[in-house]
Parts: sequence; C-alpha cells; structure tokens
Amino acid sequence: MMKLGIPKEIFLDERRVAATPASVQKLIKLGYEVVVQSGAGEPAHYDDDAYMAAGAAISVDAPSLWEQSDFILKVRAPMMNPALDRHEVDMMKEGAYLVSYIWPAQSPELLEQLAEKKATVFAIDSLPRISRAQKMDALSAMANIAGYRAVIEAANHFGRFFTGQVTAAGKVPPAKVMVIGAGVAGLAAVGTANSMGAIVRAFDTRLEVKEQVESMGAEFLELDFADEDGSGGGGYAKQMSDEFIAAEMALFAEQAKEVDIIITTALIPGRPAPKLITAAMVQSMKPGSVVVDLASERGGNCELTVPGQVAVDHDVTLIGYTDLPSRMAKVSSDLYSNNLVHLLSDMTPEKDGQPQVDMEDTVIRGVTVVNNSEITWPPPKIEVPVTAPPPPGTEEPSPAGAQVSEPSFIKKWLGKGSVLAITVAALLGIGGYAPESFLTHFTVFVLACFIGYQVVWNVTASLHTPLMSVTNAISGIIVIGAILHLVQAGNIAVGIMSFVAVLIATINIAGGFRVTHRMLKMFRK
Amino acid sequence: MSAGFVSVAYVVASILFILSLGGLSHQESARRGNFFGIAGIIIALVATIASVSMGAGGIASIVIAILIGASAGMFLANRVEMTQMPQLVALLHSFVGLAAVFVGFAGYLDPLVTTHGAEHTIKLVEVFLGVFIGSITFTGSLIACGKLDARISSAALTLPGRHIMNLGALGFTVLLGAWFLGADSVTEGMFPLIVMTVVAGVLGVHLILAIGGADMPVVVSMLNSYSGWAAASIGFMLGNDLLIVTGALVGSSGAILSYIMCRAMNRSFMSVILGGFGQTTSGPAAVVDSDLTVQESSIDDVCEELSNSDAVIIVPGYGMAVAQAQTAVGEITKLLRDRGITVRFGIHPVAGRLPGHMNVLLAEAKVPYDIVLEMDEINDDFPSTDVVLVIGANDTVNPAAMDDPNSPIAGMPVLEVWKARQVVVLKRGMASGYAGVENPLFFKENTRMLFGDAKETVDKLLGGLRSA
Repeated sequence: MMKLGIPKEIFLDERRVAATPASVQKLIKLGYEVVVQSGAGEPAHYDDDAYMAAGAAISVDAPSLWEQSDFILKVRAPMMNPALDRHEVDMMKEGAYLVSYIWPAQSPELLEQLAEKKATVFAIDSLPRISRAQKMDALSAMANIAGYRAVIEAANHFGRFFTGQVTAAGKVPPAKVMVIGAGVAGLAAVGTANSMGAIVRAFDTRLEVKEQVESMGAEFLELDFADEDGSGGGGYAKQMSDEFIAAEMALFAEQAKEVDIIITTALIPGRPAPKLITAAMVQSMKPGSVVVDLASERGGNCELTVPGQVAVDHDVTLIGYTDLPSRMAKVSSDLYSNNLVHLLSDMTPEKDGQPQVDMEDTVIRGVTVVNNSEITWPPPKIEVPVTAPPPPGTEEPSPAGAQVSEPSFIKKWLGKGSVLAITVAALLGIGGYAPESFLTHFTVFVLACFIGYQVVWNVTASLHTPLMSVTNAISGIIVIGAILHLVQAGNIAVGIMSFVAVLIATINIAGGFRVTHRMLKMFRK
Repeated sequence: MSAGFVSVAYVVASILFILSLGGLSHQESARRGNFFGIAGIIIALVATIASVSMGAGGIASIVIAILIGASAGMFLANRVEMTQMPQLVALLHSFVGLAAVFVGFAGYLDPLVTTHGAEHTIKLVEVFLGVFIGSITFTGSLIACGKLDARISSAALTLPGRHIMNLGALGFTVLLGAWFLGADSVTEGMFPLIVMTVVAGVLGVHLILAIGGADMPVVVSMLNSYSGWAAASIGFMLGNDLLIVTGALVGSSGAILSYIMCRAMNRSFMSVILGGFGQTTSGPAAVVDSDLTVQESSIDDVCEELSNSDAVIIVPGYGMAVAQAQTAVGEITKLLRDRGITVRFGIHPVAGRLPGHMNVLLAEAKVPYDIVLEMDEINDDFPSTDVVLVIGANDTVNPAAMDDPNSPIAGMPVLEVWKARQVVVLKRGMASGYAGVENPLFFKENTRMLFGDAKETVDKLLGGLRSA
C-alpha cells in the first residue's frame, strides 16, 4: 500500500493544494494512505483538522513529508525550497512517484534530475486531450477558472456596470467586452461577461468554435478568409499566414476603439504568446478601459502588459496576473484535486493502493514523462482525430443517403402505380359483377373510410392511446350482429356462439369506454 | 319499431361515432368525445333490441349476456394499471376478433336473410373474409398481449423460411376459400371454413411472434385496424350499414396510427409486418471506439445540476413505464416548476409500447399536458436547454440514427438530446435498447450516466431535490 504525500506549495503566492479533505477520502477509498503537510491546505481554507477528519495523517514539516511519501501529489513543479535551501527533488525518496505540473518541454533539467532519482513522474499538463481523459484535464479545469476570474478582475477595475440600466438618475450603457481566443478560458470569460449583462464579442482563428461562442451568448467576429482555418491538432490553434494576421490585427484595431474591455487568451502550443494588442491599440481605447491578458505568463498577447502585475498605461488598466486560478484557491483546489483523483482511480483499478503504470494506455502513456529513471517525454504522437467529424445534427444529408434514396423513389412510384391499377381493376370488377344491394353498402364503406381518414389525422399525438381504446370500444358494435343472430338462433350451436359473441363484445364496449374515460380524466392542464 | 326508425337510429349512432373520434383532436373536447361514443352505442343497442320481435327467452339471454359482459368490462377497466394499458388494449382487440369469428359462423350456419346467385357468392366471400380477419386478430392480439405482459419473450421469433410459411398459409387459405365457395351444402362448407379458421389463427400467432418488442406500437395499432376490418366485413355479411361505417372508421384509424408509428421509426410498414427486426442487426454498424468510456454521475451531482438549471427537458421511454417511475417523475417536475425552472417533456412518437403511451402515463402522474411536447415541437429547443434527463429511453435518443448510415436505425428521426448542455441518462445498465444497437450518446462528453432501476433512482433524486 502506497503512502500519498501532499506537500505545502512553496511557489510564491501559490494558494492551491493538490488534495482537499473530500479528495483525501476518495484517495483512501482507492486503498492509499495519505499524509498531508501541516498547513498545506490553509491558503485554500482547508485546515489540518479537516484533513485529519477525512482520514489523513499530518506531517509537521516538508522534509519529513517528502521522506516518508511514496507518491507525491503537488500543484507546481518541484523547485528549490528557499527556506530550507534544498531542492524538493533532493528531498524525494528514491523510486517515488510524483504527479504535478511539470511543463517538460520547458524544463529538461528537472526531468534529468527526476530520472536520477529513479522517479516515476506524471505531468498533468501533458495529458492527451482526448475525451476519455477529460475528467483528469487540469489545464481545462484551471482555464475555466481563469476565464471566470479574468472577467471578475476586469469588472473590479472597470468603473461602470456591465449591464445597461435605465435608472431614475439616468441611463447607463452596457459594457462591451471583446474576448480573443475561444478556448476553455475564453469561453468561460464569454459566459461570465454575458451573464453579467455585457455585450460580448469573441474572436478565434478556429472557425469550428463559432457555434460554441454563439451558444455562450456572444457574437462571433469573423474575417473574410473562407479558406483558412486555424485548427491545429488536438483542439489547439496553429500559426496563421501573414495576410490572415494582418487582417486580424486590423479587426482588433477597429474593435479596440469601440470596446471597453479586452480579454486575451490566445496561446499556440510550444511558442511564445502571439502579440495581438499593440501599444497603439491600447492608446486608441477609451479612457478607463481594461485589458486582461491571460497569456501574460507566456509573454502576453498585449505589448504593454507586465506579467504578474496591474499596470496603467494611456489611462487603460492592463491586468497581467499569472495566478488567476490560485486567486480562487478553494474552487481550483477542489477541481484540481478531483482531476488527480480521477487519474489515480484510473491507475488503481484494483483499489489496492498500488498504482499500475500501463504504458499501453494512451492516457497514461501521454502523462508519464519519467518512468523509473527513463525519460519518456515526448510521447509518440497519438492518433487524435485532426479533422473532427462533423458535429451531429448539422442536418446535411450524407451523399450515401442520397444515393440510396434514388432507386427506392422509382420503386415507390412503381408500387404506387400498381396499387392504383389493382384498385381500378377491382372497382371495375365489383361494379360489373356485384348486385345493387352490395354496391349501396360498398358506397357507405368507402365513404366511411374517407371520413375516418380525415377525422383520425386530426387526433393529437398525445391522445393516441385513448383513440385506440375508444375505437376499440366502438368496434364492439359487432354486438348488434351477434344480437340479431341470438334472437333468431335456429339451433343451439348458433345460439351459444351468438351468446358468447354478445358477451365478449359487451366486455369490449364497457371496458373500452371505461378505460378511455379514466385516461381522459387524467389529462389536465 | 319500424325499419325506418332503426335506420335513423343507426345514422345517429354513426354520426355520434364520427364526432367521438373528432372530439379526440383536443384534450378539452376529448371527454365529450367519449360520451358521444357511449351515447352512440346505447342508441344502436336500444334500437336493435327494440326492432326485433322475440320471446322472453331471447330478451333474457341478451340481457344476461350484456350484463355479464358489461360488468366484466368495467371490472377489467377499473382494475388495470396505466402501465398495463398496452396489454389491455391488445386483449380487447382479441375479443373483437373472436366475436367476429363467432358472428361469421353464426351468419353462415343460420343466415338472417336468404340470398341467391351473385349476392349469395358475395355473402360467402364476406363470411370467409370476416372469419379470416377475425381469427388472425384474435390469436395475434393474444400473442401481442402476452408479449406486452412479458409472459412471452418479446424478442422476435425468426423461424427459417418464415416468409414462405406465411405465403403458404395465405395460398392455402385461398384454396380453402375456393372450396368453400363451391360447397353445395352448409355442412360441406363447414369443413373448409373451420380449417381456414385454424390456419388463420396459426398465421396470426406466427405473424406477431416474428415482430420484436420495439415494434409493438405498430403491431397494436395494426391489430386495432384489423379488428375494424373484421367488424366491417361482418357488417357486409349482415347488410348492416352501422357495422360497416364503424368498422371502416376503426379500420382506417388503426391503419393511420400504424402509418404514423412506422414513419416515426423511418421504416416501411412491410418491414415491420414481415418482422424479424432487432435480431438480424448484424450489418457493418460502426464499432464504437473502444477508447471511449462512460462517465458516471451521482444522485447529489444530478440534483445540483437540476437545481442550478433554468431549462430542463425530460425524455421518458419504456424504461420509465416498466419501472413505474412516472409518479416520482411527475413530482420532480412539480418541485422544479415550483422553483421557477422550466421543465418540459419530449416524447418520441414510438416511445413505449402503444401510440401515445407516455402521454397517458404522464397524465396519470398529473403532469400538465401543455408541457408534454412531441418530438417535432421540442427538437429545436435542445441547444438552449441546460439539462436533459433521459429516463429509460435508448433507441429514440440514439445519435447513430443521424450520424451512422450503417446503423440499423439509420434515418429514424430521434430526439436530439445531445445538443443540450448536459445529458443525464438514467439506465439500468449498459445493455442496448430493443433495436440492439450500441448508443454513442452514452459516450458523449456532455453525457453522464446514472445507473440503477429508474424508479429507485428517480425516488432518490426526488429526495435529494426536496432536501436541497
């Protein structure tokens, strides 16, 4: 049985924690023991008592925690602990497991260091973006929080309402918000700003997100570049052509003059954030406007943002916080810890507290960056559908369907023609052969069929069951025939048969009407 | 009473029957429609009994038969649960069929009016047809009733060469018919008539056994139609216009219902009647990507989702009927509506085992009928819906019907629940629906599964919502 360790985060201003009391309970159910460093949950408002109540042991300081843990659950990548003057990796047990953000592409030395420790390391940021892995996708969970918080920060620094109001003291116009990049964070920002009453516009190079943007209540800003779509692999954006970027910049310049708040979330994997909002655009914005740059940790989408700071330039507030999820430590810890629980529960199918690293599993393969002294990053490219299948319900008939319907169409007409021919022939036959008395009845019959046809089409679908029971009841009218026979019965056999017929037909009449009545009584507005 | 009065009474009764069906076009007028029907039957019965001259014995036997029949009918109808409505309707169909067989025999053995020449031949054809249809209706309805009541396996029985067998039975019936028409005496004609009755009975059994449970709405409405045609042919035999009119009304009503049901499943009537669907779905149906897993949810999470949403659509299916969960569903609806949440129901035309089955169950649960909408009315609203609760429905919400041209249910119109923000599927397990088709809905990102018996789960949800 492995011992999971939850250290206190030492990164400056990091308030998140990798396990909450709720997630500790779930981890214990998976068969693990859990040790939490004293005070680890405090910035997220989870105290030691709560962890103890959930079944975790408390370790007084970092060195003892790192020493005794077989499996470390963390938020930030291991780093130098300035207070102890020891690197976290050095404190780690040899051969231990670790899950946290690693950013393997940016930190090759860290991977080396971990490999020397014979560690097995899962980089939660390297999770493949496939649907099965969504429940473990910390990046999306955090981006969602960041998008929300970005709007809240903007509102905090913006001197007006988001929603337009007509008050006794005068009219207030609604705020206009532009969101650049409609990933998880962008969409969250769109939704939040929209629900606060602002007019929201969003831009993204990937045309496929237009529907999502509109579903969140924003207008999708489009360029006249029909043939270029910015979808890269795995749901990320890719670098665009120069003409496209020029047109895009022109759009932003025009929008900057008009909108009150710009929220940028544009990132391209493995590259610095594209510069989309120039100093000139900031200058053209109305005084008091706000720019929130969610890409500031990777250099920023706006030329003027200062990473981690709030700056004011040209009377425009530029928010460059890099720790937005950490500013909502409670919810982000809850979600992050759930992501880790999902990952561990996938790795521990036996619930015996022994993680199994199945390198055949696409998700585990992607997330494992060091496997017992062997660096396994980057993973082999997995086959993620690059061209997503058309979303269901686009109502476009598939070509296959059209081909199939062609012959059946002809067949249908042939069928209809032959039915018509047979009907005409039958009618002629009846007319030529049948006696007068039959024809009168026949006329009645045909007319009744037509009346039935007209009447029944008008019956509302919700009353189809009562329709069946009422027609059932009236088809018991056959009782009349039975009565006529019963009265004139010449022999005992006919008498008995007629008697039974009267009896069961009456069951039908009474039962049918009664049950219809019961049903109809229930229908009410 | 003179013949003129009887004719007038029959005309009045016919009109009342037409008004009765016409009344069903709206919920408001439906109850009045039912009373029109009752009035029609009573007028017809009184006029018939008054018109014939008979002794006290005759009167007595009629009254006894009617009293027994009426009380048995009332007893059945009062006792039946709304979830058992399909069985009851099927059972009642079989009675009409059996009555038609008896009246047909009686009419042959002891004709009310003697006929000659062409008229006689036509009458014999009518007797033969009436008994044939009546017999098929009788046994077929009994089988349908057994299937709906789960006394008989609802899976389609596919005997090898079953189409040949059916055709053979039909051909044999035609031969028997020729023999019957050529018979010199009643005694000689009885033999082919009885044999035909048996053959038709077996044919009815076999026809319905070959139809899978999912097609039951079509079968029941088809049998409804048959019972009408049986009554109509007896009407021809007796030369009675009221029977002809009523039979034609019922027959066309059932036929239209069958057509509506078939259209709702995008299947041709013939393919349903010939049966075997649900067993032979081999075909190169798209294999669901093994990379996909379902995401389970919990009662608490779903309660929270529901409480936090603005618009909810509930999509019930046969599973709700089986588990008798409609009352709890009704209470959840009331609770959510009281909290200002828009709750509506989306009903697929073939949900359940009878046309309109779900509507009756929801009405029983006191769900107002103006929030119970048909597929066409509600399909456009899913994208603006927060949570869709799918309770015991499967094939009617299967996106494969639209996406996968190889799917056995391809082209069937379905409720597009997956367009909502979140779909919660209440289901007993991962088994496929009646059509035996894998349902990609369960693997969608925005789908959460809530496994368990529909009744228990819905009760727990109700409890959770109350305490929330």
